Amino acid sequence: MSEHIVPTRTYYTIFAILMLCTGLTVAIAFVNLGAMNIVAALAIAAFKATIVVLFFMHVKYSTRLTWAVVVGSLFWLGILLALTLGDYLTRGWIT
Amino acid sequence: MAEIVHPSPALAHQFDNLEQQKEASTLGMWVFLTTEVLFFGGLFVTYCIYRLWYPAAFAAGSREMLIWAGATNTAVLITSSLTMALAVHAAQTGNRRLLMSFLIVTMLLGCVFLGIKAFEYHTEFAEHHVPGAAFEFQPQALRQNAQLFFSLYFVMTGLHALHMIIGLGLMSFMLWWAWNGTITKEYYNPIEVSGLYWHFVDIVWIFLFPLLYLIGRHV
Amino acid sequence: MRTLVLPPHHYLNDGYGIKSWLLTRDHKRIALLYLAAITFFFFLGGSFAVLIRLELVTPPGDLVSDETYNKLFTMHGVIMVFFFLIPSIPSTLGNFLVPLMIGAKDLAFPKLNLASWYIYVLGGLFTIYALVTGGVDTGWTFYTPYSTVSSTTSVIPAAMGIFITGFSSILTGLNFIVTIHRMRAPGMTWFRMPLFLWSIYATSLIMVLGTPVLAITMLLVAAERVLHFGFFDPALGGDPVLFQHLFWFYSHPAVYIMVLPSMGVVSEIVAAFCRKQIFGYKFVAFASMAIAVLGFLVWGHHLYVAGESVYAAMIFSALSFMVAIPSAVKVFNWTATMYKGSISWKTPMLYAMGFIGLFTIGGLTGLFIAAVGFDVHVTDTYFIIAHFHYIMVGGALMGYLGGLHYWWPKISGRLYPESLAKLSAGIIFLGFNLTFFPQFILGYLGMPRRYHAYPPEFQVLNVLSSAGASILGVGYLIPMAYLMWSLRYGKIAGANPWGASGLEWTTTSPPPTENFAETPIVTEEPYTYPLRAEAHLG
Repeated sequence: MSEHIVPTRTYYTIFAILMLCTGLTVAIAFVNLGAMNIVAALAIAAFKATIVVLFFMHVKYSTRLTWAVVVGSLFWLGILLALTLGDYLTRGWIT
Repeated sequence: MAEIVHPSPALAHQFDNLEQQKEASTLGMWVFLTTEVLFFGGLFVTYCIYRLWYPAAFAAGSREMLIWAGATNTAVLITSSLTMALAVHAAQTGNRRLLMSFLIVTMLLGCVFLGIKAFEYHTEFAEHHVPGAAFEFQPQALRQNAQLFFSLYFVMTGLHALHMIIGLGLMSFMLWWAWNGTITKEYYNPIEVSGLYWHFVDIVWIFLFPLLYLIGRHV
Repeated sequence: MRTLVLPPHHYLNDGYGIKSWLLTRDHKRIALLYLAAITFFFFLGGSFAVLIRLELVTPPGDLVSDETYNKLFTMHGVIMVFFFLIPSIPSTLGNFLVPLMIGAKDLAFPKLNLASWYIYVLGGLFTIYALVTGGVDTGWTFYTPYSTVSSTTSVIPAAMGIFITGFSSILTGLNFIVTIHRMRAPGMTWFRMPLFLWSIYATSLIMVLGTPVLAITMLLVAAERVLHFGFFDPALGGDPVLFQHLFWFYSHPAVYIMVLPSMGVVSEIVAAFCRKQIFGYKFVAFASMAIAVLGFLVWGHHLYVAGESVYAAMIFSALSFMVAIPSAVKVFNWTATMYKGSISWKTPMLYAMGFIGLFTIGGLTGLFIAAVGFDVHVTDTYFIIAHFHYIMVGGALMGYLGGLHYWWPKISGRLYPESLAKLSAGIIFLGFNLTFFPQFILGYLGMPRRYHAYPPEFQVLNVLSSAGASILGVGYLIPMAYLMWSLRYGKIAGANPWGASGLEWTTTSPPPTENFAETPIVTEEPYTYPLRAEAHLG
């Protein structure tokens, strides 16, 4: 439940991880990994977003309904992205 | 569920008790954030398609960004998220002065973010990177496609900045409510719900930063 | 028979004067504010339809110029879709009934509810501004690059009107979702909820998940048009088809925003007038949810000829066929409910029957055009026009009128004149079919949509269609007249004139401002028919 009071130490820990990740993503951006650069950048961003959602936004301690809303919104974003890309990525298959 | 004998002044007439009211407003904010995910989602999809089509123009466009400004702003927003989380904690524990201090720090950080953003916009304006007839870009071969990048850049960061401004308005209300005693240890839900919004705006930036500033750095 | 009287205190006499309405937070009064506003837009949008059908009586373009004709069908579409059909049932009947049906005092956020109405009105004002500054000629779909580069009409005010009204829709959906989750009376479990609530819940999900994408798309169109930013402009390497993807990601599910609430209304009416438990309650409930989800997976069937990849077209085609399954489940279950029921042919039941038949025709022709091969033949012809009018008018509007009649005694406390109502239901059914059935044939024969002139061999069918439209117009005016009349002169209805189940019938008609004298406790499944008829039934 949201009655759960998160100790401030957790917040400081998450903050430290977020700052480290920001430094890491900037550093990696200058290293040539080819196609993996964008993957690494988005993976770090997704990780940062996840810990913000879980700890700063208290979802870790929330009801199943809150989880369902979070997962549902990402699922619908996935529908939009996947089916649109499904068109764009297959356009060149028949010439 | 405990019966409340003396209804709290914060209890709206349509609810049975504060617990129900709190759950309703928290759920309401989460559903609202869902709409925000899909709102920015349309932009991310557009970005994704054109990034696939024109990788060179997007990489070249991102190299024009001021990376120090973007990185600093990321740090500023993450710090403001921390102070926001601490503000919610102060509200939960009933520490009114600490709550107000953290809200003020959060708002100041938000203003710093907008200030840096405004400086960036000014730079880009001076360099003719605003899409339209006056748009200039080197190499000339990428000029057309780079306009797609900069159009997305301005709309994405512009809407993000607009959300920041709305967030600052929300925080001003919260500061007012904390000051006049509306916010209590029993009724701190407005702070919590505003915090959800603030963190969401932070998350949008967490994705905008690599997509707009970092993708072309390694070339 | 004991004489019925209106209750001494109800929401209609709790305060008089303009302020008590414009500043109200009562969901029932807000529902009536919406009713007034959408009725205005319905007749405004309808007047454009009248002009369109008048123009099409004769083959040459003799009544209006081609530019004016383009504006007529655009304004007809924009107003009917965004300002009538989408808010129709959710904002009026939904607003009125959601708290009553779950046993709550109000929606979770009454102030937000009132704000939604003002946002709707603001969006409407933008659209009227677009209208008086010369109208828009892009079609209600605002396809780029025509809308962003070529059109010289009031695209921006109209797009902003839609953008703004979208937020009304989002906030209404949000309010319903939170209310249904958090405000149910003790004992009102999910599977004790009336099916109307399931359909409103599914509709709200679509509003909340789809509308933001339309909002951002309209914003991008505006930015491209005004600021000369590039998003869909081919000159900069942009893709106009991407606009269509984003637009239909909302606008296809929007069809389910229109028709799902009508399905909910039909479930209530069929159960009440067949005196039977609805057949397969859970199937009907989950079918609503399935439609809400599957409805988001099919938008690409609007892009078959627009340049989307043939593989995407195949996937979207297969997914489109799947939506037929939950829709058919509902139709079969209503039919099974009627089987061996003791059916009373009251006006709402006539509308419900009209809905089932017309929706089935609309749905089955939808299967035709879900198939890529057939769709290539009829794309942008009157076949498409006929198909979606069977869904939106034959389906959604029939359900809306049925629901309005069914709950009118609850809303107003008075009965409408039954035989006149039956007559006008018949007129509407006849007029509707005469208007739109010939359009299937016209489209199949190859008459394209959005032209103000046509070859002479199409005239007979067009004259039939226009004749039907005039009958339909009369059919809509009669209920408008007698419902207004009944507000003052109708017979007193009593709490439960139909002998129907459901919490809304346990409170007085009209209900008190706080809905129930004390919070009801629910102990039963819904649709506990046959009930004892409380008042004059039949």
